[in-house]
Amino acid sequence: MLQSFMQNFLNALQWGSFYALIALGYSLVYGVLLLINFAHGDIFMVGAYIAFFLATFLLGQYAFAFPFALPPLMVFGITVVLTMALTACVGVAIERVAYRPLRRKGASRLYVVITALMCGLILENGNLLFLGANRRSFPELLPGTVYSIGGMNVSNVKIVVIIATLLVFVLLETIVRKTKLGMAMRAISYDRMAVPLMGIPLDTVIVFTFVLGSSLAALAGVLFAIAYPVLEPYMGALVGWKAFIAAVIGGIGEIRGAFLGGFLLGFVEIFVAAYFPSTLRDLIAFSILLIFLSIKPTGIFGIARATKI
Amino acid sequence: MGRFTSLILYGFFCVVVVAAAQGRWVNPYILQIAMFVGINVILSASLNLVNGYMGEFSVGHAGFMAVGAYVTSVLNVWLFSTTKVFGPAVLDPSTAVYLFPATLLLGGIGAALAGLLVAIPSFRTRGDYLAIITLAVNYIVKSSIENMQVIGGARGFMGMSGIVNAMHEAVNLPWILIWVLVCVGFTVWVIHRFVNSTYGKGIVAIRDDEIAAEIMSVNTPRMKMIAFMLSSGLAGVAGGLFAHILGYINPGTFTIMKSTEVLVMVYLGGMGSLSGSVLSAVSLTLVLEFFRPLQVAKWVVVPLLLILLMLFRPEGIMGHREFTDIFPRLRRLFSPKGKEE
Repeated sequence: MLQSFMQNFLNALQWGSFYALIALGYSLVYGVLLLINFAHGDIFMVGAYIAFFLATFLLGQYAFAFPFALPPLMVFGITVVLTMALTACVGVAIERVAYRPLRRKGASRLYVVITALMCGLILENGNLLFLGANRRSFPELLPGTVYSIGGMNVSNVKIVVIIATLLVFVLLETIVRKTKLGMAMRAISYDRMAVPLMGIPLDTVIVFTFVLGSSLAALAGVLFAIAYPVLEPYMGALVGWKAFIAAVIGGIGEIRGAFLGGFLLGFVEIFVAAYFPSTLRDLIAFSILLIFLSIKPTGIFGIARATKI
Repeated sequence: MGRFTSLILYGFFCVVVVAAAQGRWVNPYILQIAMFVGINVILSASLNLVNGYMGEFSVGHAGFMAVGAYVTSVLNVWLFSTTKVFGPAVLDPSTAVYLFPATLLLGGIGAALAGLLVAIPSFRTRGDYLAIITLAVNYIVKSSIENMQVIGGARGFMGMSGIVNAMHEAVNLPWILIWVLVCVGFTVWVIHRFVNSTYGKGIVAIRDDEIAAEIMSVNTPRMKMIAFMLSSGLAGVAGGLFAHILGYINPGTFTIMKSTEVLVMVYLGGMGSLSGSVLSAVSLTLVLEFFRPLQVAKWVVVPLLLILLMLFRPEGIMGHREFTDIFPRLRRLFSPKGKEE
C-alpha cells in the first residue's frame, strides 16, 4: 500500500515536472506582457521535434554518420543545449513576427491571444504537413537503468527530470530576483507604463522573456521525449492547455505559483488515475480545479488587485 | 414601416432559401454548408455577448453546445423513435414535426443551466481565471458525456436522422433548414434587442469598469448570470440543430478546437459588434469550405491569413462598430423602435 503510494508519488513528481516546466513559460510571458501565449504548448512540441532531429543526427542515424561515435552522455548534453537555443529562436521569431506588430498598434490583448492561438495552429499543422502524420520514436539517449529503492522502481530518467526541474526553478528564481534583467521583468509586470520612461528597453526585456520561456519549453520537450519516446504533431496541444491551467492555479505571473501549480496538477491527475477508473481522470481533475478556483479565485499565490476608480 | 422592414426582408430571404431547397435548385452539399453557416452565426453571436459585450474571455463555448446537442437528441430519440436503449417510441413519430421546437428549446434550457457552472464562479472571479473556469467546464462536459454509457459514451450518439425523416414524412418540407433559419433570426433579434436594452447597457458597463458599474447600481451578479445563461442557452440551441444536421454526434466534436473556432469568429468580426460576428461567421465558414481541397494545408493557410488580417486590422473586421454605423442610411430601414425618425 505504502509502496504503491510512494511509486505513484514519484510518478506524479515526474509528470508534474513537465507541467511545471511548461507552466513556467506561460507565467513568465504573462507576467511581463499580460499575454496568454497559447502557442507555448506547440513550442514544447517544436522543442521535442528539434531534439529528435538533433539526436538522430548526432547518433549518426540521420543523413550521415560521424567517423567517430560520440559518447551517449555527450550526445544528451549537446542535444539539450542546442535544442534550447534553437527553440528559443523559434519563440523569439514568433514574438517578432506576430506579437510585436500588434503590440505596436496598441491592439487589445485578446486579439494578441487569438494571434497566439493561430500561431499554435500553424506550428501544429505545418509540422503535420511537412513531416507527415507518422509518429516518430525518439532514440534512447540515456541508457535506461532502473534502481530499486525499498521496493520502488526509480529509473534514471525520472531522477534527471525531477532534478532538472528543481534546478530550473532555483535558477529562474535567481535570475528574476538577483539580476538586472530580472529586476526589469518584475518592474514591467508591476507598472508597464512607467518602465520605458525609466530608460529600460522594453523590447529587449520581452525578447529575453521569450528566450527564457521557450528554452524551458524546449527542455521540457527533450525530457518528455526521453521519458515517453513517441512524438506526434499534436502532442503539445493538450499538454499546453493543461500547463496553462497549472499556471493559473498557482496564480498566473508568479514563478513559484507556476511551479507549485504544475506539481499540483500532476499529483491530481496521477492519483485520480491510480485510485479511480482512468476515464474519470479529466472529469475529477477539472472538477477539483473548478471548486478550487471558486473558493480561491486568484490561485495559490495570486493577489487580488484592488482597482482604484 | 421601418419597424418591420428587417423582419420582412429576412422573412423574404428565408422563403427564397426554403423554396430553393424544396425545389432542389441547389445541391444538398451547398444546403448543408448554408446550415453550418447558420449554426456558426448563432454560436459566434452568442459568444460575442460574453466575450465582446461583457469583456470576459470564455474559451469553452463548445461545452454548452454539447449539452444542448445531447439534451435535444436524447429527448428526440427517446420520444419519437424505437431504439434498443430507450425502448419503443413514447409518442407517435409524426408528432415530431410539432414538438421539435419544444425539444430544441429544452436543449437550450439545459445548456443555460450548464451555463450556471460558469456564471456562479464569475461573481468573484474575473479575467484569465474565469477563462480557466470556462475551459474546465468544457473539459468537464466532454468528460462526463464520455463516461455516460447510456448515451453512447465516447462512441457517440445517433438516431437523429430517423427523426428528421419522420418530420419529412409528416410534412414534406426541409424542416431542419427552416429551424436553422428561424433560430438564426431569433438569435440575432434577441441579442440585438438585449444589448440595446438597459440590461445590455449594464453589461457594457461591466466590461468598461465593474466596480464603477456596481456603484452606479448595476446589479452585476444578476447581469453576469443573465448574460452567461443567455449565451450558453443559444449555444445549446445551435448544438441541437447541429446534431440534427449531421445525424450523429460524439463528444470528440465538442473540444477546445471547436471553441477556438468560435472564438476566432468573434474576434475576427470585432468585439462587441453583432454585425461583425455575423459577417465573420459567414465568411470564415465559407473560406474554410473553400480551402477544403488543400486538406492538411488548410489549417496552415487559414491561420496565416487570419494573422495577416490581424496585422492589418488589429480590431477585427468591424471593430466596435455595427453595420449601421458604417452605412448610416441603412438605419432608416432598420431602426428598432423608430428612434431615428
